[in-house]
Amino acid sequence: MKPTYGTITVKTAMLVIAALLLFAPFLFQDIRALEVAARICIFIVLVASYDLLIGYTGIVSFAHTMFFGFGAYGSAIALKQMGPGWDAVALGTLVGVALSLVVATAIGLISLRVKAIFFAMITLAAASVVLVLASQLSQITGGEDGITYRAPDLFKPATKLAVDEDGKVLRWFGVALNGKLAAYYFVFATSLVMFLVMLRITVSPLGTVLKAIRENEARAEAIGYRVVAYRTFVFCLSAAIASLAGSVYAVWLKYTGPDTALSFAIMIDILLMVVIGGMGTMWGAVIGAVLMVMAQYYLRDLMGAASEATAAIPLLPELLAPDRWLFWLGIIFILLVYFFPKGIAGTLMARGRRA
Amino acid sequence: MTNLSETLGRWGGVNLLPLALAAVAFVLIGAPSSWVTLTVAGLSMGMMVFLMASGLSLVFGLMDVLNFGHSAFISFGAFVAATVLAALSTWLDGGWMLASAALALALLAAIAFGLAAGLFFETVIIRPVYRDHLRQILITMGALIVSEQIILAVWGGTPVSVPRPAFLEGAWIVGDVSMEIYRLFAVALGLAVFAGLMVLLNRTRIGLLIRAGVENREMVEALGFKINRLFIGVFMLGSALAALGGAMWAGYETLITPALGGEMMIVVFIVVIIGGLGSIDGTLLGAIIVGLTANYIGYLAPKLALASNMILMMAILMWRPSGLRPAVK
Repeated sequence: MKPTYGTITVKTAMLVIAALLLFAPFLFQDIRALEVAARICIFIVLVASYDLLIGYTGIVSFAHTMFFGFGAYGSAIALKQMGPGWDAVALGTLVGVALSLVVATAIGLISLRVKAIFFAMITLAAASVVLVLASQLSQITGGEDGITYRAPDLFKPATKLAVDEDGKVLRWFGVALNGKLAAYYFVFATSLVMFLVMLRITVSPLGTVLKAIRENEARAEAIGYRVVAYRTFVFCLSAAIASLAGSVYAVWLKYTGPDTALSFAIMIDILLMVVIGGMGTMWGAVIGAVLMVMAQYYLRDLMGAASEATAAIPLLPELLAPDRWLFWLGIIFILLVYFFPKGIAGTLMARGRRA
Repeated sequence: MTNLSETLGRWGGVNLLPLALAAVAFVLIGAPSSWVTLTVAGLSMGMMVFLMASGLSLVFGLMDVLNFGHSAFISFGAFVAATVLAALSTWLDGGWMLASAALALALLAAIAFGLAAGLFFETVIIRPVYRDHLRQILITMGALIVSEQIILAVWGGTPVSVPRPAFLEGAWIVGDVSMEIYRLFAVALGLAVFAGLMVLLNRTRIGLLIRAGVENREMVEALGFKINRLFIGVFMLGSALAALGGAMWAGYETLITPALGGEMMIVVFIVVIIGGLGSIDGTLLGAIIVGLTANYIGYLAPKLALASNMILMMAILMWRPSGLRPAVK
């Protein structure tokens, strides 16, 4: 396939985003921007892993935040109980991934026996049970309040990665080389590795089989691929990656609660990101995650101003209130599903190519 | 073994499940009066869930559309009814006649809203994505997000309290058994709606077409019936039932939040999966089983109550992968 203008545009955008994320601590020197950058990194991985399901294989699951939550709560509980240390992070991550794999296999095996469309409903039910459990078992999970804990010492803001002659923290281009920087690069590096692994999978023969299943399940089965085994495998794989992303996010945030790791709102975010960016391409996950996270942090301020400006008109200020931004996003989402089912990346990449 | 299952089949087969459940619970609970209370509570919950779920099941059976936005109708029904009741609160104190008029108006407002919203939803949201499950799920999720935000914008995020007519308050006491009147009312209304649906589906020409459409849509189309118009009608009916269920649920809970639809949606999904998508009697069966289980388990083992629906669904899917009484496909 020859590269088209659209593909080149998307690839250029990827390089720019990667560069911005790589140098984020130096380019945007305030705390909030670094939060945004780290959140973008995590969500790129989370959305890409969801795209393996919905975009590449055609499986609609609503349980993705459940796996994300397993990872996040695993690390969080381990860090809380065992104190800050790498052994706690490792143990929590492993337990989270193991739990995710067990649950994913169980759901996958049940789904073998039911119609495909039941799968979406069953995952939704499973995810809601886990959410209720997390808020009820408050002695372990902290209930609605969540858990706060300390990350390993390396990531403390007071940690000095390098010192100058006076024993003070060394600064590069005005950025202190402290633990916060180490934490960001931990998030960035782990996210990059996970993303590259998924990218490699999608271009491998396995990825081709997954696409074949999405396009025509009966034909893939007839050729001799065990569709059910592949579906279960990719469900487990994406669950494991979501769980890992959750662990990394928990270490970065030093707080884990239903709102940051498990709630249905995150599931909706992921769904919106996948559809906005474009299903069935890893680049779409990147674009969707970047746009949505930026919108979440910066669009609300803009909407607040718009709401005040229209205060005289009935109902409109209500709909323009910063809390109502999901309303507009929902409308954009519906329009996208109608008119641009391939999302931003898919539509761009199809441009200039003969159908 | 075959003899046994044949005998069971003659006695009603899977329809015996609720009775078996009630019998087991009777032994486990021990106290007849609490058993009666719990059974009535379970039946009334089941009936309200049946109202909400029947539309979803019918729409799926007939149109092969899985509507994730169904819970929006439940929420809207609850809030519309609550608003009407609050506006007519003077009527509620004004004697039996006026109070029941207010209640009827509130339920009718919810139904009317459901009909209108269903018409809008079918033509604007769902019509363009027939026969494409992935886009159906996505687009109805989008519609659900927008509806929830509209509810938040109109009614705000704080809980709204729902006034009840005085004659539905309190409990009816026979010996040492007490039954809440509202729950009995819910059971009666649910049974009436079920009977109405059964008459509509089994005794009328439209019902014949609907049933034929569920079984073989192409055939009905080939015979020259305009199945699209039937779709709209069934969809509107389904959303109106959901809104009615939501309105009843609002009176049951007496304090409602915009999260109501989302919470009920899970139960509704579990009910239609257990019952078998596309069949009305399966939905009723599923709803009653879920309602009874939730109440019995809530009494016997409160810790287990949260997961009880999920476990029930898994067990039934292991036994019957397409639900207890699936519509013939």
